[in-house]
Amino acid sequence: MNLQLKIWRQKNAESKGYFETYKVEATEHMSFLEMLDVLNEQLIQEKKEPVVFEHDCREGICGACSMVINGQPHGPMAATTTCQLHMRHFKNGQTITIEPFRAKAFPILKDLSVDRSSFDSIIQSGGYISVNTGQAPDGNSIPIEKDLAGKAFDAATCIGCGACVAACPNGSAMLFTSAKVSHLGLLPQGEVEHKRRVKNMVEQMDKEGFGMCSNTKACEAECPKEISVENIARLNRNYMNSILTGE
Amino acid sequence: MSWIISFLKSSIGRKLVMSLTGLFLVIFLVVHLIGNLQLLYSDGGESFNKYAYFMTNNPLIKASSFGLYFFILLHAIQGIIIALSNRHAKGSKYAVSTNANSTWASKNMALLGTLILAFLCIHMGDFWFRMKAGLLDMAAYDDIDYEVANLYDRVVYSFSQLWIVIIYLIGMVALALHLNHGFSSAFQTLGLNHKKYTPIIEGLGKTFSILVPLAFAIIPVFIYFTK
Repeated sequence: MNLQLKIWRQKNAESKGYFETYKVEATEHMSFLEMLDVLNEQLIQEKKEPVVFEHDCREGICGACSMVINGQPHGPMAATTTCQLHMRHFKNGQTITIEPFRAKAFPILKDLSVDRSSFDSIIQSGGYISVNTGQAPDGNSIPIEKDLAGKAFDAATCIGCGACVAACPNGSAMLFTSAKVSHLGLLPQGEVEHKRRVKNMVEQMDKEGFGMCSNTKACEAECPKEISVENIARLNRNYMNSILTGE
Repeated sequence: MSWIISFLKSSIGRKLVMSLTGLFLVIFLVVHLIGNLQLLYSDGGESFNKYAYFMTNNPLIKASSFGLYFFILLHAIQGIIIALSNRHAKGSKYAVSTNANSTWASKNMALLGTLILAFLCIHMGDFWFRMKAGLLDMAAYDDIDYEVANLYDRVVYSFSQLWIVIIYLIGMVALALHLNHGFSSAFQTLGLNHKKYTPIIEGLGKTFSILVPLAFAIIPVFIYFTK
């Protein structure tokens, strides 16, 4: 299949970006990233600068691939990362616009690569458990209600890719932060530091310059792991509780 | 006390203010609508004028009306601050924009809110200000020994002009879209989201956002065509 790609090119964080159009020949069995690999090989052969994009596991679990395809983070397919998006979902002759994630807290480093270390700062502010949890415990040695375990697990599937921030018209990181808070706070090991964690993580999130949630739910729709905005409601009430009753 | 200030300055604190003031304004809309439906009575405005007198002279209602003005201003000012700060946090926009992941109304709450605020200025300038400034004619009724302002006459006069009716219809469309997202959004911000009751809140919000502005819109249209 023949495709026309309109790709955002930007030399570095300081310079101004622009769109450049490329033609590439791909097969429908390729993943989106493999299609970009083909483009980059082509560019290298032409002695041109290849397009910088992030990737690592290419199996939808690392959260490295980050780009906005035709206005949607990770492209048009629901619950799919860019690396698992296949070209069969596009049409022969189609023009595809590829842009980096856009948010003030995710400054563009080069082309399609953005700096997501603001997420790391949020995790560093409380997204951990301080006690030594030792070896993997025997199953059911700590009784946890099935429903709670399910909710914590669903939240834990967040891969921290930042598609929520990219999709949000406000550049808000509420879905990410709420997933991390829920994943830890719903389980007994994480419950101990819960109030402090919630307060610190929300404060750090605000400090990083993310916007405020206006409940458009664009994050939930674009999240490759289908993290629910139920987590955002939980973060809202947990934060209020932590402010009112915490130290 | 510093914890209160830092809470109100946090993103979730700011949103909580929007949510609570918004829900208060939702309740106000219901009260306002019930009172205004008296404009549809065919008693020459007697019941409406007496009601308007009561609403502007009862000390309890007078006191709570100051709360209402304060909450309207707080909701508007806080909303503008949030919208500006969110625009800054987003930075640049995408070349390709899509509404595939959210509704138009949810992404344009500030625009809709600004339209509603502009409508409110026109609305209050036309009726509230004239009433407070004593610019209205007085009306006397047999069963009371004092005169009341004839607000009904002013309403009929305003709604006999097509352009004012159109402004009201535009205002109500903006209100409907604002409520369409705002009603359920307020509960989400309060941390109330559960698979049992959230569908009910959402259904209630959608119904409210259609019925209440529609009932308000009927008043100017009815008066334009019948009076």
